[in-house]
Amino acid sequence: MDEQTPKHVSESGMPVGARETDDAPVENQANEEEACARAPIGMLCELTHRCPLQCPYCSNPLDLERANTEMTTEQWQDLMRQAADLGVLQIHLSGGEPAARKDLEDIVKVAAEVGLYTNLITAAVTLTRERVEKLRDLGLDHVQISIQDVEPGNADKISGYKNGLEKKIEVAKWVKELGMPLTINAPIHRHNIKSVPKMIDFAVELGAGRIEIAHVQYYAWALLNRAALMPTREGFNEAAKYVEAARERLKGILVIDAVVPDYYAKYPKPCMGGWGRGIVNITPQGRVLPCHAAESIKGMEFDNIKDKKLAEIWLNGDAFNKYRGTSWMKEPCRSCDRKEVDYGGCRCQAFALTGDATNTDPACSLSSLHEEWANVAEKESHAPSTDFVYRRVGGAKKADTNPA
Amino acid sequence: MDESISKKRTVVTQESRVAFPPHIKLHRDAVRQQWLILAPERVFHPDEISVAVLKQCDGTRTVAEIAEKLTHEYQATIDVIQPDILDMLQDLADKGLVDA
Repeated sequence: MDEQTPKHVSESGMPVGARETDDAPVENQANEEEACARAPIGMLCELTHRCPLQCPYCSNPLDLERANTEMTTEQWQDLMRQAADLGVLQIHLSGGEPAARKDLEDIVKVAAEVGLYTNLITAAVTLTRERVEKLRDLGLDHVQISIQDVEPGNADKISGYKNGLEKKIEVAKWVKELGMPLTINAPIHRHNIKSVPKMIDFAVELGAGRIEIAHVQYYAWALLNRAALMPTREGFNEAAKYVEAARERLKGILVIDAVVPDYYAKYPKPCMGGWGRGIVNITPQGRVLPCHAAESIKGMEFDNIKDKKLAEIWLNGDAFNKYRGTSWMKEPCRSCDRKEVDYGGCRCQAFALTGDATNTDPACSLSSLHEEWANVAEKESHAPSTDFVYRRVGGAKKADTNPA
Repeated sequence: MDESISKKRTVVTQESRVAFPPHIKLHRDAVRQQWLILAPERVFHPDEISVAVLKQCDGTRTVAEIAEKLTHEYQATIDVIQPDILDMLQDLADKGLVDA
């Protein structure tokens, strides 16, 4: 980070949505506390779990919600109004594929009307120019398009979808022609890590303002597919070095956000910026979660927006209060001077790998299990890749759901 | 591959007429009672001085004109204020938050 004194404008260290910050430290803790004290700043809306793509690292839960259980247009619109009243600043319309909902425009319209900064997170393959233009006219602020690789055949193989890249490029060009800001999101794993330099060039050529070099995070589908996806430490280091140099070279042209694979990290990431602190996630059925993977923690119950108001759930919901702040922590977190930096890492990962969500995330080098898990990553990444378990309804049932 | 890059880094000078692109919003947050800059998947906290500058950045005034105006409000000399404003706006331009 370039240091300037005085620093007049500081970036929030809080991830606003799907983004996990890698190197954006909290620059001003007082600002953060003020911003997060009573309302989430970002709301991730999984409008649907339907998606034409089948990426094996999908962040949706293994148990995908069915179309006939999704919330209605009116319920989503009401949620937008509640969110603005509460103090949510940005919403991320995601999925599945959010464009699979024919009423995406009706939801965007209300979100924009109530002053929410609206971001569309899309696979893009089913969008038409007319829809993109309509969304822009209704007030959509930003479009994020995911890619699987810049090599068409490999992209098809990863997504389980034919000719996806060509369609994504077409949509990305419309977005730019229509004068909208574009982010390219590139989930990184062993089958595309060598393409990182080309992905960065790809983003520049399309006129994107940002690219997310987002190493896959190993929950849900990605955890199931870890042995097929985990890159080697050497491969990761090489890519990270390239990204660092590209960031400097492309200053003022392309912002590069990077998310590290946390099995190779020294300290865990401050997952969601801290549980129940800045982010709220809504499932297609309306369950209100502190993070998109929270339902993987067994024994927890989550409120539904159809039963209670967002403000009530955020401030007083059991699920939000359970791991909010630091009082739930055990050692080594409790006495750690980083406890308000990374909040002990990710509760879902702690649960998935240790069976107890109050344990330190094994991504932390202070966890007694860290070495074991780093070794698992090391071993899997050097073994031949397993076959993908593609993300589709019922897909996970066929596979062993316990990769440990 | 540098030749293929058509977009160039924006360099902010005292002649620049700085403005927010349509998707970057200087936002008064009524709930938190503070100014914020909303950007794609990012939120920034501008301090009082930067808010005073950014409110003037409408694409018609030059940096020099804005600096001149603020010398009166902040009772500071132009040679203190202008380099500070240039540094700040360059940093924001590099982050894609302002055009010039």
